[in-house]
Amino acid sequence: MGQALSPGVRVRVREDYPPGHIRTPVYIRGKEGMVTRALGTFPNPEVLALGRDGLPKKALYEIRFKQKELWPDYAGSEADSLDIDIYEHWLAKI
Amino acid sequence: MPEHANAEHHGHGHAEQAPHAPPQPDEKIHSYYQVLGLALKALLIEKGILTADEIRRTIEFRDSITPATGAKIVARAWTDPAFKARLIANGTEAIEEFGLDMGATHLVVVENTPLVHNMIVCTLCSCYPRNVLGLPPSWYKSREYRSRAVREPRAVLAEFGTHIPGETEVRVHDSTADMRYLVLPMRPAGTERMSEDELASLISRDCMIGVSLPQRP
Repeated sequence: MGQALSPGVRVRVREDYPPGHIRTPVYIRGKEGMVTRALGTFPNPEVLALGRDGLPKKALYEIRFKQKELWPDYAGSEADSLDIDIYEHWLAKI
Repeated sequence: MPEHANAEHHGHGHAEQAPHAPPQPDEKIHSYYQVLGLALKALLIEKGILTADEIRRTIEFRDSITPATGAKIVARAWTDPAFKARLIANGTEAIEEFGLDMGATHLVVVENTPLVHNMIVCTLCSCYPRNVLGLPPSWYKSREYRSRAVREPRAVLAEFGTHIPGETEVRVHDSTADMRYLVLPMRPAGTERMSEDELASLISRDCMIGVSLPQRP
């Protein structure tokens, strides 16, 4: 991705199902949310899991989703939300 | 054995075994992963990578961290606004004031307000702020909690006896990376005269996971 994502930017999580150690839970793939904060850069855990160094580091973002958009039959309030930490290579600006 | 000695030891509920018999070995059945863990530990020691004492010391250190550690942090945040600001701005740095170290992870403190109630889960495994709360409870690691906390958080909260008003946003944090989340609960009304130590006694582990609320004594 290269360019940093600022809080407030709308993003879609990549809908992809590669094998291996993936930190992007399946329930969030393909969903749309909003960047709430940049959390820094970290060695890529998908590469670390293979015993390699995980470099170059990947930017990590906290992304907020509306529960009603994640689960169409969500029984709680309209405002209820879910925050989750997602690496940059799983995110695309929309 | 003299008759009287035997009579003295009766009434313990295990008369079938001779008194002072050597202890019987534990009848433990190890799971696949327990056996794997034991084999790995034995190999690490044999190869000189770790010593048994280092492993023991690490376990002892882990066991020394309890939710009381987190409760002290929350009580300080309730009584010291400058500390609270530092804690929310950078949890990792702020808890160094308590001599605590997050190691390779980072502490993110999320504050409950009348508008937002926070709740923590790790759907992938069992990420938990172990360096401030100790080891997670077994329910936190259960498949049921991990799947339901993100799907129907209000139903899960209700099962813990926690009812969040409909107008308050329930915000679930799924810790999928190196951030470890700690909930800063709201200070209950009517506790204005309580000392920091007294306040700490109101703050349970579950309040800091966000499935419960501190109660006024």
